[in-house]
Amino acid sequence: MLAHLPILQVIVPLMAAPLCWFLDRSKLVWLFALLVSGFSCLTSIVLLQQVMSSGTIIYQLGGWDAPWGIEYRIDELNALLLLIISTVGTIVLFAAQTSLQKELPRDRHTLFYSLYLLSLTGMFGIVATGDLFNVFVFLEISSLSSYALIALGKDRRALWAAYQYLIMGTIGATFILIGIGLLYQMTGTLNMDDLANRLAEVNQTRTVFAAFAFLIVGVCLKLALFPLHLWLPNAYAYAPSIVTAFLAATATKVAVYLLIRITYTIFGIELSFSILPLQNLFMILGLVGIFAASTAAIYKTNVKHIFAYSSIAQVGYMIIGYAINTSTGLMATLLHLFNHALMKSALFLALGAVMYRVGSVQLSQFQGLGRQMPLTMAAIVVAGLSLIGVPLTVGFISKWYLLVAAIEAGMWPVAVLVLLGSLLAVIYIWRIVETAYFRPPLPGREPVKEAPWTFLAPIWILVLANIYFGIDTRLTVQVAQAASQSLFGINP
Amino acid sequence: MVLGLYNYWIVVLLMMIGFYIVIAHGNLIKKLVGLTIFQTSVFIFYISMGNVDSGSAPILAEGVSRYSNPLPHVLILTAIVVGIATTALGLALAVRIKEAYGSIEEDEIQIQDQLTEDNSKC
Repeated sequence: MLAHLPILQVIVPLMAAPLCWFLDRSKLVWLFALLVSGFSCLTSIVLLQQVMSSGTIIYQLGGWDAPWGIEYRIDELNALLLLIISTVGTIVLFAAQTSLQKELPRDRHTLFYSLYLLSLTGMFGIVATGDLFNVFVFLEISSLSSYALIALGKDRRALWAAYQYLIMGTIGATFILIGIGLLYQMTGTLNMDDLANRLAEVNQTRTVFAAFAFLIVGVCLKLALFPLHLWLPNAYAYAPSIVTAFLAATATKVAVYLLIRITYTIFGIELSFSILPLQNLFMILGLVGIFAASTAAIYKTNVKHIFAYSSIAQVGYMIIGYAINTSTGLMATLLHLFNHALMKSALFLALGAVMYRVGSVQLSQFQGLGRQMPLTMAAIVVAGLSLIGVPLTVGFISKWYLLVAAIEAGMWPVAVLVLLGSLLAVIYIWRIVETAYFRPPLPGREPVKEAPWTFLAPIWILVLANIYFGIDTRLTVQVAQAASQSLFGINP
Repeated sequence: MVLGLYNYWIVVLLMMIGFYIVIAHGNLIKKLVGLTIFQTSVFIFYISMGNVDSGSAPILAEGVSRYSNPLPHVLILTAIVVGIATTALGLALAVRIKEAYGSIEEDEIQIQDQLTEDNSKC
């Protein structure tokens, strides 16, 4: 049983997704989905423990040896990502039942849980597999199900957002497919490890350069790197609240993982950072992304839009850590990956609670909510502080390591710009705080009650995690350090 | 040399055509058609890649000893299925958009969205 954990992680939600249709009672399906994602959460914790104690786990599907068969390969990086996706997925799912009652007609609930599990499967698959073509297939499983999840939104603009996401997502995935094809043409293998070995012989050819460019552009479309982020704001803003909380915490993270995997494991550091001016390119795009997206967030009136733009800015921080191209920089990226998942899922879940009680997340509707929904608003404030990077929250930890990495690499201007970018976050968080606490309640509106406990429990678990991991950083730093050092080939 | 690789030229040409249609056309169905052409060009690319000179189809038969590489064919079979799923989902969304907006032209949808946005502000 223990030996089969890598595959169980992927196969259990995949099998469970169609089973949802046999239950077909909203509450029952919810419990079932919760059970399944709880199981994958446990699996990922066990996997992480195994990896940390005994090194990389290799699982061969059907017993076929690696270059011919498909292998699943779990090292520190994969295990960390699996942990993020499965825990956030489970915690968010806990609030799903309450939230869906208000946002989705009853006959669509089964569909929702089924798609949710499929989307989870896709992400687990991308992360667990060591085979490049498998990545493409799982990428499409998770993308197709998330297009459908977004289209479930109540507003008709959700349909339009899902359509645009579908077009851009498919272009990105097809680019990745072209890149995989070119690599296969040059090496005759799809296994990541094998590719890395064989690419060494042919790495100065134009085909490999083209493959690299296609893969990078495709992945950057998926991770919403500025200026390829156009699909993201509307997709996040008009999707059902639960879907936003889930996707914001996982989808772009998986794409960042893919970027790291492709550049560090497959192409190798020297090749990746020498073919294209990748370091400068990503550094500039990351910085511009932070400022452009944060500024856009300041002017938005829909709070979901504000945090969607803030997500694009946060991707900028991850990309900067990556572009610094040192082991510390990569570690900062991985830490921010983990921490951002905690902050954004808490924030979007809290917005879901507001949606549940008020029925809208326009900024003007937040007036007076500070008194009427004290716990929800307090959660937004704490998670918002974490987003800014105030000490004692996780946001501080990741920004701290980012600054350390930038200064170690001698990039003073970058460090200063990162700090300035955080000030922009203060502005858009303050706008929400000001409206919620210092404005009188909207005239003519019934007093709003506090969100039900099914919402408050997951929100506060995430908020407390934000504080806990901001104080006790042993687990996160240790795993991120191990992962980044193994990618750089440093033996701890 | 250049003409010998004519199938790759066709791939590039189709890719460009498909990509151009996706970007340039405002009609949602035409966009999906462009997307399909774009994806199909990749299928042709994989199939050309698997071809072996004077190799037959990778099916076991009497008197044949040279086969084309079956792996790209298998891979592309998967990609075709994915392509069908994407097109189907895109068309389904187009139907729902038509129901919700009464139009499948990008600019008209954007005008309607702009109106909704202005209304929600005041």
